Amino acid sequence: MSAKIEYHKFDVIVLGAGGAGLNAAQVASQYVSTAVISEVYPTRSHTISAQGGISASLGNMEEDHWLWHMYDTIKGSDYLADQDSCEYMTKLAPQRIIELEHIGLPFSRTEEGKIAQRPFGGHTSNFGKKAVKRACYAADRTGHAMLQTLYEKSVEQGTQFFSEFYALELITNDGAVNGVICWDMKDGGYHVFHAKSVVFASGGMCRIYQTNSNAHINTGDGLALAMRAGFSWSDAEFTQFHPTGLYGAGNLITEGVRGEGGILLNANGERFMEKYAPTIKDLAPRDIVSRSMAKEILEGRGVGPNKDHILLKIDHIGADVIMEKLPGIHELALVFAGVDCTKEPIPVVPTAHYQNGGIPTNYKTQVVKARGSDPEDTVPGFFAAGEIASASVHGANRLGTNSLLDLVVFGRTAGEEAAKWAKENQYVALPENAGKFGIDTMEKYANANGKHTFNEIYQDLVETMQTNVSVFRTEEGMTNALDKILELKEKMKDYKVDDKSTVFNLELIEALELNNMLMVAEAHTRAALQREESRGGHYRDDYPDRDDDKYLKHTEVFYNEDGTFSVEYRDVRLKPLTVEMFKPKPRVY
Amino acid sequence: MSKYVNIEVFRYDPEKDKEPYYETYNVEIRKEGMLMLEALNQIKWEHDTTFSFRRSCREGVCGSDGLNINGVNMLSCITKIEELGTDHITVQPLPGMKVIRDLVTDVEDFFNKFITVKPYLIRRSAIPDKEMYQSPEDRRKLDGLYECIACGCCSSSCPSYWADKDYLGPNAFLRAYRYLVDSRDEGSDVRLPILNDKHGVWRCHTIYNCVEACPKELNPTKSIVGIRKMLMERQY
Repeated sequence: MSAKIEYHKFDVIVLGAGGAGLNAAQVASQYVSTAVISEVYPTRSHTISAQGGISASLGNMEEDHWLWHMYDTIKGSDYLADQDSCEYMTKLAPQRIIELEHIGLPFSRTEEGKIAQRPFGGHTSNFGKKAVKRACYAADRTGHAMLQTLYEKSVEQGTQFFSEFYALELITNDGAVNGVICWDMKDGGYHVFHAKSVVFASGGMCRIYQTNSNAHINTGDGLALAMRAGFSWSDAEFTQFHPTGLYGAGNLITEGVRGEGGILLNANGERFMEKYAPTIKDLAPRDIVSRSMAKEILEGRGVGPNKDHILLKIDHIGADVIMEKLPGIHELALVFAGVDCTKEPIPVVPTAHYQNGGIPTNYKTQVVKARGSDPEDTVPGFFAAGEIASASVHGANRLGTNSLLDLVVFGRTAGEEAAKWAKENQYVALPENAGKFGIDTMEKYANANGKHTFNEIYQDLVETMQTNVSVFRTEEGMTNALDKILELKEKMKDYKVDDKSTVFNLELIEALELNNMLMVAEAHTRAALQREESRGGHYRDDYPDRDDDKYLKHTEVFYNEDGTFSVEYRDVRLKPLTVEMFKPKPRVY
Repeated sequence: MSKYVNIEVFRYDPEKDKEPYYETYNVEIRKEGMLMLEALNQIKWEHDTTFSFRRSCREGVCGSDGLNINGVNMLSCITKIEELGTDHITVQPLPGMKVIRDLVTDVEDFFNKFITVKPYLIRRSAIPDKEMYQSPEDRRKLDGLYECIACGCCSSSCPSYWADKDYLGPNAFLRAYRYLVDSRDEGSDVRLPILNDKHGVWRCHTIYNCVEACPKELNPTKSIVGIRKMLMERQY
């Protein structure tokens, strides 16, 4: 290996600078030396796009209880969530929100000056009786306000940032995780970060779909790195489709719109959600609303010349309320759909939005091995939080606003646990040739002089996933998708990168991202093919029922050294920490 | 609107170019309301894969793609090509910042400057167990300030920022003011001296370029005026 490498040593390194990464970093930095590595500048991470809110049973507007929140989370997950993690998250939620308030997050307020709360899909009081106001928010810029606040706080705490560093390989030695090798996008230099603890918080992968709400950077890199290092991707088949992506663009229209009284209408002007969820109607969980919309469209009641979308009506709540509570939505609808939502309905369609599964962890964010005699056995020095991780609190469907809560609760816990690990343990030495695989991959693409380009393969991939592995799924469609993915993988072997510069080589980054997206798409499709049931966001036309006997289990996809994948299963942790378990039952809203 | 527009793009790779140059691409308009970012992606993916620029969220909130388009700083992801009103568009990196490559500028100094003003809540008195109460009226004072996305469009449009390399710039002032007017904050005494420096608010010549440039329609000049008033009231 001839490449010049710069070495860095930190107690804790955090990969990813979104809400989870920065929560981890600002806490870990209080105790030990901590570095954050990010493909973009921290304030540009995708948490910035989160709009409508963050859930916690503060009870500022009406009576609420963490146990009700726990129940909603488990029911919403279609019982695939781990109940100990759900208890941990919902019980800690109010305290974590207040901590965020204490460091400056500009929450919207009630008349008395408390943090304001509004309803959100699937959040109810008294175990499903009625919708409850549980989502705390900063207008419709909650993620933006959170990310900025956390960035500024972590800078104050002395976190060191390595921005525009792209991770190439997760380094392990002696059964422990102890580093990452990265590429400095600005000058092409290689950097090995040697650490006692590594926290993965690198976000999701929904760029593998044509219509998605994700940023350009959400290409599943962290998942690919973890799988190549031998760790599994838990519940890989569960993508959440958000009901209200802007038609044609995919940008998200927050569920907060429905929380404030927005309603969905079909071509006949009917409020169709009354049929599908009589109790909470348009505030049903996302999987149910998405599927109901897709059904309306399939049955010919879609809107527009192609009858291929639905309308979201909001004008009846009044321009003043819209401009105070949903100003960002007004702007988005105007720019991307040319619609003034104070006067006209917004055209929307279900959109790939969130990766429900991820690197499996326990509720303390320690990565678990997920196979062998004790699948809950943890990996020394390895932690994960946020969308990349699966604690698992989202299961088969994530409730709106629970993703920001996940970032705050598990992000913070990851920081605490990683710092604790670093204080109590010594460095595990780097292996010989640490980072060689990452550098080899990089060099391979840097010198790629074949014939296939990013655009060609990428467009084929996203179209395939959109057509065959989206809201409705069948064996035939997914088998076709898998064949296509394998064909594209072959093309990837004969790839072309024209840009030979070492300075901000975006073509090279896209090559690495595409390589990772193909891996992620394959794992995702294989997991989906093997789950012959319908649960939450994973709906199969050929297996329309939920099958608890066979599939009340976490899928675990492993990548083998020979390039094949193994799809295995692991028990759901049905036992909560202190309360009684919520037994699986049919989901009715 | 014609079916094609010519987009003239600033190109520079320090590893092979002695001087920057401009390259013109004939970009197809594929839909009504097509955005500049879609045009830049088309250039990269279909015309010249070696073209480099920054982008991420593609919906106007991450601030990655602040660029100078036809002489005005803006975000490519929320700029409609037809609204530029011309078939010939010139795209350049944000002015006043060192160019790393093509449209990519060095923003390290820009980020460091807004950190200088201590943009975080500073508390001296005890923090309650519950949330610190803030009236809706006090919360409204943060509107127009907390929405900043750190895209750099304001600072890079400011002649004072170009002229004085240590000038903190409109972005840093807006950040500072966001905390100065926060009813929960008690850090004015440490923040104001930083803003009172010769590279601070007094160097602003009130030409409103920053206000014109801000893609989020924020008003850094108003923050600067607010800070000056605070300095006057407290110190003179």
